[in-house]
Amino acid sequence: MKKNSLKAWLYLLPAILFLGCFMVYPLVDVLVYSLEEGYSSASQSYYGVGLYNFSYVLRDPYFLQAVKNTFLLVIITVPLSTGIALLISLGLNAIKPLRGFFQTVYFLPYVTNTLAVGLVFMILFKKTAYTDGLVNLMLHFFGGGTVDFIDGPYWAKMFVLCFYTVWVVMPFKILILTSALASVNPEYYSAARMDGANSRRIFRKITLPMISPMIFYLVITGFIGAFKAYSDAVALFGTDLNAAGMNTIVGYVYDMLYGNSGGRPSFASAAALILFAIVLTITCINLLISKKRVHY
Amino acid sequence: MKVVLRNLTKRFPSRSKKGDEVIAVNNFDFEIPDGKLIGLLGPSGCGKSTTLNLISGLEAPTEGQIFFGDDDVTRLPPENRGVGLVFQNYALYPHLTVLENIMFPLENLKGKNKMSKQEMREKAREAAALVQIEGLLERRPGEMSGGQQQRVAIARALVKRPRVLLLDEPLSNLDARLRLQTREEIRRIQQETGITTIFVTHDQDEAMSISDMIVVMKAGVVQQIGAPQEVYDDPVNLFVATFLGTPPINVFDASVSGGMLVIGKDRVLPVPGVPDGKITAAIRPEGFVLDGNGPFSLKLTRVEVMGRDTSVVSTHPDCRSPFVRSIIPSRKDFRADGGVVRFSLVPEKVHLFDPESEIRVPFEAGGTAQ
Repeated sequence: MKKNSLKAWLYLLPAILFLGCFMVYPLVDVLVYSLEEGYSSASQSYYGVGLYNFSYVLRDPYFLQAVKNTFLLVIITVPLSTGIALLISLGLNAIKPLRGFFQTVYFLPYVTNTLAVGLVFMILFKKTAYTDGLVNLMLHFFGGGTVDFIDGPYWAKMFVLCFYTVWVVMPFKILILTSALASVNPEYYSAARMDGANSRRIFRKITLPMISPMIFYLVITGFIGAFKAYSDAVALFGTDLNAAGMNTIVGYVYDMLYGNSGGRPSFASAAALILFAIVLTITCINLLISKKRVHY
Repeated sequence: MKVVLRNLTKRFPSRSKKGDEVIAVNNFDFEIPDGKLIGLLGPSGCGKSTTLNLISGLEAPTEGQIFFGDDDVTRLPPENRGVGLVFQNYALYPHLTVLENIMFPLENLKGKNKMSKQEMREKAREAAALVQIEGLLERRPGEMSGGQQQRVAIARALVKRPRVLLLDEPLSNLDARLRLQTREEIRRIQQETGITTIFVTHDQDEAMSISDMIVVMKAGVVQQIGAPQEVYDDPVNLFVATFLGTPPINVFDASVSGGMLVIGKDRVLPVPGVPDGKITAAIRPEGFVLDGNGPFSLKLTRVEVMGRDTSVVSTHPDCRSPFVRSIIPSRKDFRADGGVVRFSLVPEKVHLFDPESEIRVPFEAGGTAQ
């Protein structure tokens, strides 16, 4: 018995070492940093221990802007991308010819580099001295005015960021939902038709509950992914996100570490822990709601 | 409600581009009398389930018409036909409770048929009582046994008081004991409600035991329709004869000479009116009578005692199957001299078929050879 447990620990050793070094230690370190007041990475010293870092971050207007941006992004893109993905999946599920072709088309963004796509989006939306950009040209065509989506008003920039995010996260959701729809036993649909249910009722009463675990999975991962957004904003608005007013929480953490105002791991750690608390809360709420709505 | 099928044909396009289309149901012409229990019987792939789907409206026929009573329902969608269908795998909605499952068809009613929640619940309870599952209404399908699930499926099919009830392989997912119980149950429910019921099965026992009438199908073509005993006693062709009965009928390559049926060297039975020549003879297991002076001798392999009666297993070179099975009443003094057992035959249990067409060749039972 004793020998066995020794063996077991030996087998576990590589994983424990790896997780300890790269997961547990940094996590603990973040907590430690966030409590060290006035830490300087140059001198590796600090004045005291307390919650000052948190209160500083929570009063920093850049951080508040980042929280606002992140929440807007989450609230807009998660329901929108899941909803549109569901519509597209239902469409794909209903057609026979060209299904494979459309599936490939919808999946392409997933295998494309997000930064490259972000730059393409920027060029589509940007207004320069030489051209108004493709989107603005189209707006003109339909009789609209010119809007600078990249350096213009806040709502325009938010619109581009949300549009881009929805577009980027959609392929994965479509992939998951089409396979979820395909796995519903067609006998249920036959039974529902026999029972006289119209297609709307079949969708609401049969299809939706049947694929609800997958939808729930997409919502949870969507929330978490959107809360962690950063590279999308960089691709569209450049690295100085605070100046553009389009920073996200993760972007704020990054800037605190490496940006122009960088070298402040304590503030970064505090911000990271606040993000962690937010994501944890939201996920718990999601789980509570899902107990009532999701049928396994 | 009388169900009339007129020249019903269903063809499926072939999967490959070059292949022929598949004829699942070929020219099905049949009138099902009101209030009867009908068994559609045949081997797998014979088109019986397709026939059921055509009646239910889940599939549209290529040709032909379907009438319920005097209404032509051929072009009606399933929900307007007034049919209840019990699926082979029951297709109960797993996320709904039993009560919600049974109420589902009622919730879809529109217009003047619309019911209040209270009415629906009452109707659902009534249907549940009919199949005796009142105690399980709050459960989900996953928490019930196969037999219980099937009762729920039947209740769901009955709750709208359909004109016709259809059951697709109702017993195939149940274990042997439950199968016996459930088929009695189906019979009882059918008689209590008086709804014309059609069920599909590949199990001839099942079909024979509870049906008022059976329809034997093969490769999309109806072979024979009639009361179970009638079809058993009077098969129109070799397929029907071999498909019905356990143990199966014994088939011999035989010949007729001078009005006598000859199997091997034995002149076993007078068959007046049958011309000389080759013939296929099929003898029911119960058609053998142990008789020390009988004309038909077989090489005994073993005797299987089954309590009520005894199964004698023997061989004959001209039998198409490796063993000849005969059923005789149990007796203790069973003897076989030198491994040979002698039988005489019951004429009503012997059927002759044309070796080419496999169609029945009638003869006058009880007659004597000329």
